[in-house]
Amino acid sequence: MKIHVLGAATTKFGELWDTSPRTLAKEAMDGALKQSGIRSSQTDALFVGNMLAGILGNQANIASLFAEELGEQIPAFRLEGACASGGLALHNAINSLKAGVYKTVMVLGVEKMTDHNSDDVTTALMSAGSDEERMAGATFPGLYALMARAYMQEYGATEEILASVSVKNHFHGSFNPKAQFKSIITVGDVMRSGKIADPLKLLDCSPISDGAAAVVITSDTSLAKRIAKPIFITASEVATDTLSLYDRKSFTTLASVVTASQKAYKSIGINSQDIDVAEVHDCFSIAEAMAVEDLGFSKKGQGAKDISENKYTLGKGKIISNPSGGLKSCGHPVGATGIKQIVEITEQLRGEAGKKQVKGAKIGLTHNVGGTGTVAVVHILER
Amino acid sequence: MSGIIGYGLYIPKYRIETAEIAKMWQKDPMEIFTGLKVRQKSIHGIDEDTVTISIEAGKRAISMAGIKASVLQAVYIGSESHPYAVNPTSTTVAEYLGVGNDYFAADLEFACKAGTAGMQVLVGLLSAGEIDYGLVIGADAAQGKPHDALEYTAASAGAAYILGKKKAEIIADILCMSSFSSDTPDFWRREGQRYPSHFGRFTGEPAYFAHVVAEGKKLLSQSKLTAKDFDYCVFHMPNGKFPRVAGKKLGFTPEQLAPSLTVDSIGNPYSASSLVGLGAVLDIAKPNQKIFFISYGSGAGSDGFVFETTKNILTKRKKSISFTEETENTVKISYQQYLKQTHSI
Repeated sequence: MKIHVLGAATTKFGELWDTSPRTLAKEAMDGALKQSGIRSSQTDALFVGNMLAGILGNQANIASLFAEELGEQIPAFRLEGACASGGLALHNAINSLKAGVYKTVMVLGVEKMTDHNSDDVTTALMSAGSDEERMAGATFPGLYALMARAYMQEYGATEEILASVSVKNHFHGSFNPKAQFKSIITVGDVMRSGKIADPLKLLDCSPISDGAAAVVITSDTSLAKRIAKPIFITASEVATDTLSLYDRKSFTTLASVVTASQKAYKSIGINSQDIDVAEVHDCFSIAEAMAVEDLGFSKKGQGAKDISENKYTLGKGKIISNPSGGLKSCGHPVGATGIKQIVEITEQLRGEAGKKQVKGAKIGLTHNVGGTGTVAVVHILER
Repeated sequence: MSGIIGYGLYIPKYRIETAEIAKMWQKDPMEIFTGLKVRQKSIHGIDEDTVTISIEAGKRAISMAGIKASVLQAVYIGSESHPYAVNPTSTTVAEYLGVGNDYFAADLEFACKAGTAGMQVLVGLLSAGEIDYGLVIGADAAQGKPHDALEYTAASAGAAYILGKKKAEIIADILCMSSFSSDTPDFWRREGQRYPSHFGRFTGEPAYFAHVVAEGKKLLSQSKLTAKDFDYCVFHMPNGKFPRVAGKKLGFTPEQLAPSLTVDSIGNPYSASSLVGLGAVLDIAKPNQKIFFISYGSGAGSDGFVFETTKNILTKRKKSISFTEETENTVKISYQQYLKQTHSI
């Protein structure tokens, strides 16, 4: 069975203070429907990726809420897997198509974060951590800082080399009209930015953002035939790991990512070097350095260095990482991120990514991570 | 036409450096300074509050104006830190100043623009012929919550202005005024709460800048003047960065803004902030110079005024204490002493 992407759309990402979660969800779903050329009544179900609506917005019953916004009384499900909620929603949607329960479904990722102060958001995000980490006062910037420190000690990477991840992603984001930050930054800018959790500085960290993204997927070939540039989701894999970072064998690799990506490559008979373009989960600069290694693009310990040597930069590298600007530049509305990645790769494979287009991209990958690698979702898309 | 006939600034002598606060919370002092552009802030003494600060500022304004307190027919005090929720600061202050009993009075609250709102009320009463002289004071005693971003800037000070309409007494004419207001919940303090709360970055673009810039454009249009026509500009100063950005957005040069930037050395004394900045400009302004003025109060709104100085400023200035003189003698305090003086411990 082939899983077709019929339509894919995102809202602008950023500090969208004059919009509500409903408005964001509707804009993204309307965009995806319009591109699909179908009516909302032709969707069989709605899958929603969201992490924080229950904690921050005191509105947990959001699947039904957004079905109402879609205008259909269809089955609706909310999937939560921290920052990988969007990817998990898509994985479950795909499974429902494969099981033959539904034929055409809407998958929505949405998050509204900037209506709340950063202390509350940081605390809410730590609901993805373990009791022990919370009791110790850890935050995600702090936990990823531990990984960064371990990576620097183990592989000799410097703060400047890690900073090049943000530099690359801001360069890519400068071409993305929907990105939260379109400014070009330098390694010096990153180094001079305020310390968040040593060695991570403000510009090593993805922002708090609002945004939504939606895709319509189908197993119905008669619908798919109408699409001029068909895109297929050929692999969808999920793996999990311990909730606590301290329970891991290594601080410098996310085993869940390795497992999910290897299963994905194996399921369709490709290897990591066949990927042309990837949207990876750069919640912090160190996260992308580890991601390109755990996905098999770079050798272990070489990821950050390879990024600093432009091996993942638009117009220069072989595999282009985060042409959207990634979480750092495009923004990170946590529940929406996994779906935004799918939207970006869909546009790339269709050749409709504008100035950020990766020339000739045929196979794309998305890498969506929750917690400190507690859950990893990998999707592969092909044209 | 009404105008300012005298003003008085009172800045408590105690200073805590932002580096001292940063050290307490293990922050990089240079990072804090770079972000806020505030070196230190003024703090009230252990026996000072908004009432005592207002009295000091009021006495100086009366002295400069060269009038008897008893001629004042209106007293308005704008503050976020009125000592009582119920029991007016304005009457206590008026009593100590010797205003008598024949005067309009009220306490005003509109976050950091309560003082300028009072000034607008006075202009209305003067224009209507209801009064000949009125006193407005913007004053606050620092309320920053320990370990909150506001702790680095929330300061204590008062600025008093006496408005009248006798040409021979006016040191700065009020050429025009207007306001821009909206329901924007960027910063608040509920009844019974000790410290204000805020919405972090929301206090920037949709709040401060949206209102200050909108009111600024409106004031330029209303006055039929351009930024180049002004000798000085003054903005509310929640930190050192915001007024600089606002000035640039409205087309003013750093030179037009610089004399008003009292925030660099005393922080943000809320209702007194923009009015202290105005005082610092009046301290040095020559006759016939134009001043562009925009306050900002969270919640939210901006009051705009165009002032033009007169020749009277030269003689009356001899009877005033300038911002520079007022901030010459200071006492540096530790973080512990700061907590004690603000009654946090």
